[in-house]
Amino acid sequence: MITLQHYLLLSAALFSLGIFGVLTRKNAVNVLMGIELILNSANINLIAFSRYSSHGLDGQMFAVFVIVVAAAEVAVALAIVLTMYRLLKTVSLDQADTLRR
Amino acid sequence: MILDNQHSLLFFLPELTLTIGMLLVILCDITLKRLRNRLNPILTVFTLVLAAYYTFQLDQTAPASLFHGMLAIDGFAQFFKLFLLLAALLVVLASLHSAELAPFHQGEFFALLLAVTLGMLLLANSTNLAMLYLSLELVSLTSYIMVGYLKTDRLSNEASLKYILFGAISTGSMLYGLSLIYGMTGSLNLYTIRDTFLSQGVEGVDQFTVLLILVLTMAGFGFKTAAVPFHFWCPDVYAGAPTPVTAFLSVAPKAAGFAVLLRFFFSGMSQTTGSQWSMIGGINWPLVLIGISVLTMTLGNIAALTQNNLKRMLAYSSIAHAGYILMGAVVLTGDGIKSILVYLFVYLFMNLGAFLVVTIIYDSDKTFEIDDYNGMFKRSPFVAVAMAIFMLSLIGIPPFSGFLGKLYVFGSVIDKGLYWFAAIGALNAAVAAFYYMRVLKAMLIEEGSGSTAPLQVSFFNQALLVALLLPNVLLIVFWNPIDRWTAASVQLFRGV
Repeated sequence: MITLQHYLLLSAALFSLGIFGVLTRKNAVNVLMGIELILNSANINLIAFSRYSSHGLDGQMFAVFVIVVAAAEVAVALAIVLTMYRLLKTVSLDQADTLRR
Repeated sequence: MILDNQHSLLFFLPELTLTIGMLLVILCDITLKRLRNRLNPILTVFTLVLAAYYTFQLDQTAPASLFHGMLAIDGFAQFFKLFLLLAALLVVLASLHSAELAPFHQGEFFALLLAVTLGMLLLANSTNLAMLYLSLELVSLTSYIMVGYLKTDRLSNEASLKYILFGAISTGSMLYGLSLIYGMTGSLNLYTIRDTFLSQGVEGVDQFTVLLILVLTMAGFGFKTAAVPFHFWCPDVYAGAPTPVTAFLSVAPKAAGFAVLLRFFFSGMSQTTGSQWSMIGGINWPLVLIGISVLTMTLGNIAALTQNNLKRMLAYSSIAHAGYILMGAVVLTGDGIKSILVYLFVYLFMNLGAFLVVTIIYDSDKTFEIDDYNGMFKRSPFVAVAMAIFMLSLIGIPPFSGFLGKLYVFGSVIDKGLYWFAAIGALNAAVAAFYYMRVLKAMLIEEGSGSTAPLQVSFFNQALLVALLLPNVLLIVFWNPIDRWTAASVQLFRGV
């Protein structure tokens, strides 16, 4: 029997993995994948809460919007990464340190 | 009063105007190849003025909730709408003669600026978690693009990359916090959330989850307002972005962030007894806010001391100002909110003014280094004196309006008996005086080593500088209307 707790554990694990990926990866595209994990962990939360309670479909509606926003966010992020590749010939975040100097 | 969709449209005119204006700018940009460079700025300015006019017209309406509880409309909303539209208008005017933006096609810039303004208007008034998240992302996504607008410039690109990575992580964390709120209360509406929390009482709420929600949502709000510890993006993004965009980011989205922070915590997570709010949950909220505020202003001011790049210095100074503004939220009273509104209002003119001077000097000298500002008084006394007034106003020296902001914020804290907190704020203001004075010294006293040719300032920019100087000098004389206006704007719609 799968209960709400299982979904919450799964989403907490995904969220932690996402944060871990964001903090450790040097490749800009990999960081974006970590961000996707964070957003989807919140989606799992929303849908599980909506499914296991009697509060209506608010949570699922929110999740649909989050999916759309995530797609838009990745589109903008990839455009920026592409510009970076054009300028620096790399997508490694270590190379993007001109502003620090 | 909760209005349905059809009746809400009447109160939604400012946002509708912005939407239509934005689409018109895009259309005009595609179709009218010859006229577009002249038509786009006019269209943008007209849209913003019309939206401000409609916002002004809403004056007499009672607090209400639009679109079945998605947006609130009240005095607070009206203040922030006018504030954000004014900020956008001033930035459009300041960007017209910017040499940084000139080589790039400008049509998209105006469309993006209208889109981000629309997002901010919605963000400042959203009372539903889904609406809040969507408008937050609308503001964020468009500002990422605006920061990276100089496509061939390495710094601009790097700034936008850092901005989007930090932004996506903080808003993602915030979203996780929002999903937990939904799980605890079963609703996305701020007022229902508050009522559910209240009916459970302090004991009925799991304290650990509330703390987790607080930390996660503060990541999103802290990112928008550039409060410590979510400020890391700020100096790099401000230094790399085109100067008009930096000016915009340092004022408008920050103000929208504070607006949504106040609305979220004051109308969604707290209850009123008289003029005093008390927060839900057993957490000592004032202490948390004091901690963030003290860290923000101290770190911002100390880091600003060592900067040689004026844009970076102003970035750290804007972090410090976020700390002062948060002082008003600590006391959890109407007076505290009023002091925040006053501070934001005076901050608009002094900060945009300082950035306009940076833009003007960059256009002729191509430099942001403070040392290159040496001897500016000989080259253009007007610009040097204007910058001096903006800097004195940012410090909070009495005849200028920045003093009033500090007076109100410190006053609200002292009223609560938090003397030590006010003392920390005053100490910080003294530290801040040091780096602002450095700019003054460079421009007014030092001898210049480079060019001594008079600075070229277009008539338009001179007029704009005067327009920004007037509020800084005269607000203190004509203070009564502003005082009444901000006092009336504290009225927050608190549900039915």
